[in-house]
Amino acid sequence: MTKVLMQGNEAIAEGAIRAGVRFFAGYPITPATEIAERMASRLPEVDGTFIQMEDEIASVTTCVGASLAGVKAMTASSGPGISLKQENIGMAAMHECPLVVVDVMRVGPATGMATLPAQQDIQQARWGSHGDRGVIALCPSSVAECYDLTIKAVNLSEKYRLPVMLLTDAEVGHMREAIAIPERVEVVERRRPDVPPGDPSFQPYAAKPDGVPPMADFGAGYLWHAEASTHNVRSDLASTDHKSADFLHRRLIDKVEKHVREMTFYSTRRLDDAEVAVVSYGVSARGSAGAVELARAQGLKAGLLNLNTIWPFPAHLIEDLAGRVRAILVAELNAGQLVREVRLAANGRVPVHHVGRFDGLILTPTEVLARLREVL
Amino acid sequence: MELRLSGTGGQGLILAGVILAEAAGIYEGKRVVQTQSYGPEAQGGASRSDVIISADEILHTEVERPDVLLCLSQEACAKYAKDLKPGGTLIIDPLFVRDHSAAGGARVVAVEATRIATELGRKLVANVVALGALCGTTNVVDFATLKTAVLARAPKGTEELNRKALEAGYEAVRTKAAAAPAADSRR
Repeated sequence: MTKVLMQGNEAIAEGAIRAGVRFFAGYPITPATEIAERMASRLPEVDGTFIQMEDEIASVTTCVGASLAGVKAMTASSGPGISLKQENIGMAAMHECPLVVVDVMRVGPATGMATLPAQQDIQQARWGSHGDRGVIALCPSSVAECYDLTIKAVNLSEKYRLPVMLLTDAEVGHMREAIAIPERVEVVERRRPDVPPGDPSFQPYAAKPDGVPPMADFGAGYLWHAEASTHNVRSDLASTDHKSADFLHRRLIDKVEKHVREMTFYSTRRLDDAEVAVVSYGVSARGSAGAVELARAQGLKAGLLNLNTIWPFPAHLIEDLAGRVRAILVAELNAGQLVREVRLAANGRVPVHHVGRFDGLILTPTEVLARLREVL
Repeated sequence: MELRLSGTGGQGLILAGVILAEAAGIYEGKRVVQTQSYGPEAQGGASRSDVIISADEILHTEVERPDVLLCLSQEACAKYAKDLKPGGTLIIDPLFVRDHSAAGGARVVAVEATRIATELGRKLVANVVALGALCGTTNVVDFATLKTAVLARAPKGTEELNRKALEAGYEAVRTKAAAAPAADSRR
């Protein structure tokens, strides 16, 4: 295993290439630009394509085109750019087009604080484009996790045919840590049709039992239509066909929600005998881990649940926790976003508190500990 | 150990932090986190590069109370010196830092990084001179390791210049420490 000092953003680019991403279209924005820079220098070395587009909308749209043609694609931006991309993220979801969208979160609203970290796009990642659909969003709290979760994001997008969000922040994106590049990683390829090109029986949106239809590369000789309006299994427009609509729209939700456990990545610290649990993610999980250690040193039985999967929300983990601890504290860099999901899952069985800030600073161990003491 | 390298954008402090982190994290196998803070300007404006080096897992990623603070601007010294841990070390370039009263009772080491770099022919390597001085003062990494890390990062054709800069910074504080151990704290 080789060890390298890498930025979170660089690790995302390297993870993407390792997972087979060969197309990146983007538009520069702090604090995500290093991802584009790394892709621009690395992709030509692996016969990939990098293109800087005229804006964020064109960037994600170009990635949709590349992915429809059969190439693993990724784009990256930050809050202001992600807001622009949302329309076509929704389109990609309707096409069932595999794609990874990285959001290196910074303080908003609007252009906010460009160089400083936040975790304010949690609900935007879930509901930022209109309509009901299943969403996958992963959240790294270290440089090593940036590498690992980018690979998982690419794999999930290919396996389940949808845009997957990687939600990181200016702190994790810009910090450097020494990471060991694993010798072996699991790489998933999208399922292709099991009939030959031109076969009249080919139904582009006929799903397999897991809810995912095989995907034909555009240009490979299969007849299908990437239709953003509601469509039937043959990919024909069906925007007044209630039966096709119910089938398609339910499937877009179920193919994610029915596989939530498989998509749930997390780690714990001193949670087994904890009386109070901190639930956190991303950079906030680092300060929270520090708080748990401080608490333990003072005889307070605290533990940490660090969620790498934010969406689909792993409610089963919170349901389990709610039966075991006296209180839950959600630590995040916003005014209260993931705490809503935790409260829903806890369903009144245990009090759920919040500690957050959104001034460009990150949560410190002493700050989280002080809140822990308050809520107990 | 928590270290903060601070000054003005364009002085190469972020790179110096990266090299220090590589020396400790890659060449010595310790745990490291390097973070930085800078304004939207490419040059000018306050800039800092923080490095945490530890044998154990590093949880919180930000430096709150540095053990070692390097200041290459008066503004940085005014801003960060008060955060130094009790018993910490402040390293300054006296060309920029005239007043280090904010450091209170900290040990202060002055190294004329910019003058030394200019005499070597490139003012630009003041960051490497400062890195040498930082190593000589704190022994946070082995000097030989740091030299390897610097040379691995030095652009082709500048290896000799960077090696000399690093050694000059290291020697400047070693000589001084041998001559008058406590003299600097009374500046």
